[in-house]
Amino acid sequence: MNIWSMAPSFVRRERASSAATVLAPVVALTVAIILNLGLYVVIGRDPLAVIHAMLLEPFLSFASFSEVLLKAGPLLLIAQGLAIGFRAKVFNIGAEGQFILGAISASAIPVWFPQATGQWIWPAMLLLGAIGGALWASITAFWRVRLNANEILVSLMLSLVAAQLLNYLLLGPWKDPNGFNFPQSVMFQYDAMVPTLISGTRVNVSLLITLALSLAAWIFMQKSFAGYKLQVGGLAPRAAGYAGFSQSWAIWLSLLIGGFAAGLAGAAEVAGPLGQLQRSISTGYGYAAIIVAYLGGLHPLGIIVSALVMAVIYIGGDNAMVSANLPIAAVRVFQGSLLLAYLVAIAFVRYRLEWPQAARKTVHRSPS
Amino acid sequence: MNAIEFIISGMLAAATPFLLAALGELVVERAGVLNLGVEGLMALGAVLAFITVYHGGGHFLGFVAAGLGSAALSLVFAVVALGFRANQVATGLAIGILGQGLSALFGKTYESLTVKALPKLAFPWLSDIPVVGGLFTQDIVVWICLLATLCIWAMFTFSKLGLIIRAVGENPKAAHAIGYPVVTVRVLAIAFGGAMAGFAGAYAAVIYTPLWADGMIAGRGWIAIALVVFGTWLTGRIFLGACLFGAVSLMGLAAQATGMDVPSQLLSSLPYIVTIIVLGIISSNRRLLKLNGVASLGEPFER
Repeated sequence: MNIWSMAPSFVRRERASSAATVLAPVVALTVAIILNLGLYVVIGRDPLAVIHAMLLEPFLSFASFSEVLLKAGPLLLIAQGLAIGFRAKVFNIGAEGQFILGAISASAIPVWFPQATGQWIWPAMLLLGAIGGALWASITAFWRVRLNANEILVSLMLSLVAAQLLNYLLLGPWKDPNGFNFPQSVMFQYDAMVPTLISGTRVNVSLLITLALSLAAWIFMQKSFAGYKLQVGGLAPRAAGYAGFSQSWAIWLSLLIGGFAAGLAGAAEVAGPLGQLQRSISTGYGYAAIIVAYLGGLHPLGIIVSALVMAVIYIGGDNAMVSANLPIAAVRVFQGSLLLAYLVAIAFVRYRLEWPQAARKTVHRSPS
Repeated sequence: MNAIEFIISGMLAAATPFLLAALGELVVERAGVLNLGVEGLMALGAVLAFITVYHGGGHFLGFVAAGLGSAALSLVFAVVALGFRANQVATGLAIGILGQGLSALFGKTYESLTVKALPKLAFPWLSDIPVVGGLFTQDIVVWICLLATLCIWAMFTFSKLGLIIRAVGENPKAAHAIGYPVVTVRVLAIAFGGAMAGFAGAYAAVIYTPLWADGMIAGRGWIAIALVVFGTWLTGRIFLGACLFGAVSLMGLAAQATGMDVPSQLLSSLPYIVTIIVLGIISSNRRLLKLNGVASLGEPFER
């Protein structure tokens, strides 16, 4: 007898509860909002002003909602790539670095050929960015497959290296000579910019590419044999081994897809809203996308919704910084607590709670 | 002082944040739990210690605040990962993000402020030896950290407690069957690991670089996790690894001081690059990993 027997216990459900699957993210979001509002009260901010700025303002005008769409793009793209790997139990948490390498690779064209013109420039940049991200991720894949090194640690370390590489380029060889010593590249020429999708906003064609790739991710994961093999590898590695599904193949594929998507997102960011390579090209997209992927249930369609939610939090956090004087770090706190709340909520998908009283009637433990 | 002397005298202090956090994570992993939140736990400890010391609480209280705060956050990890049996990788990442966010939130008004570090204590005679003498001139926390290393080594090597922790990590079902409280052991290990990460952050923020800046932990928590792998879950090797990383992080400064024409960004990324390389070298020896590795690391325990 110990203190743990007083607590309610989790009993595995015979089948996952589908109601809980859909409810979990909603409940998690509600709980996270309540917890964070409590925190804002503690640090002396007006919770009503924060709610207004954070959760309502993004929807109140088309201009601000278009910013939500703009923010959702990279989150959606990166999360789709990561979720494929997470389902195969390949934990690529270095999307931040792959995003940065995508942005750097794409910027090579306008930085080296600032006078070039032609409609080929921005598509070439996106392609180059995606390849750059995939190549950066391939280092992790090689380390994992050939050297047996943990992909979580290697991909994360590579993100820290990527951030230093970006700093080096912007303070050194790629610094704009006429940029008043700011750590940023030259402004890109017109043809290096992804065309605008909705006039009057910053939303560009890359959103369409992102949605198309989300559809492709859905087809890949739900309908294709390759996606099936990946999922089996994640759920039952041994069974996958017996069925001849190679784990090395799964690792390479997961990381290359993740790196490709993150790299593309990085390229779309510099060729889109930014128009130049800057130090602050990412506000933690690579890490936030991990939360987006989980909150979407690692499902391509769920991720579309969760990317929008996360984008609202980003834009709303920016608003709250201005109007409610909320430190921008509050967004990171919100992200962390949202993921925690979600992880608790999904426990109810697989388990149901049993209180000790009821548990005693249905004894299924062997006497010890 | 030449570069070699500079590295020898600074190595132990530079190694201390790595070592404290890695020792904590060692105990957690030995109990079969993978807590990837170390970076966030360190960040929270760093800011709590800094605020305490800045407001005149003194270094001792600073470390107490850091230890308690980070242990409390690590208990959130314990509740979610053990209580709700969530995926440990995801839970650890969430704790990491949350801890970094909280540290930035609490530390916002302290940005770029400084506090006074602790004085270095010289060993009589030993500190006067040429070249290596600097090794024996350290602040009190370094000496305590070395003592803690010895204690943890002794605990795993000689004590019954060490045996129980290892049993819980190797085969929780068997440990449960012979009457060991698996969950209690794991929760206590997680709290201990959290407190150690908090101390590590405190050392970084109020002694090693007594200045607050958001993001000042700069990946050291992740390197600490990697150190546990480098050390193949053995205390002595983790100590050597921490010293290596202390030296590597000083090499950058030493190179700059001697006026070498190397971009500073390359020097700052040196610890990360070395981590990647060493991780590859150690991990490719699968026998070595298996020999001392923890069999059920990261797997949830269900009765």
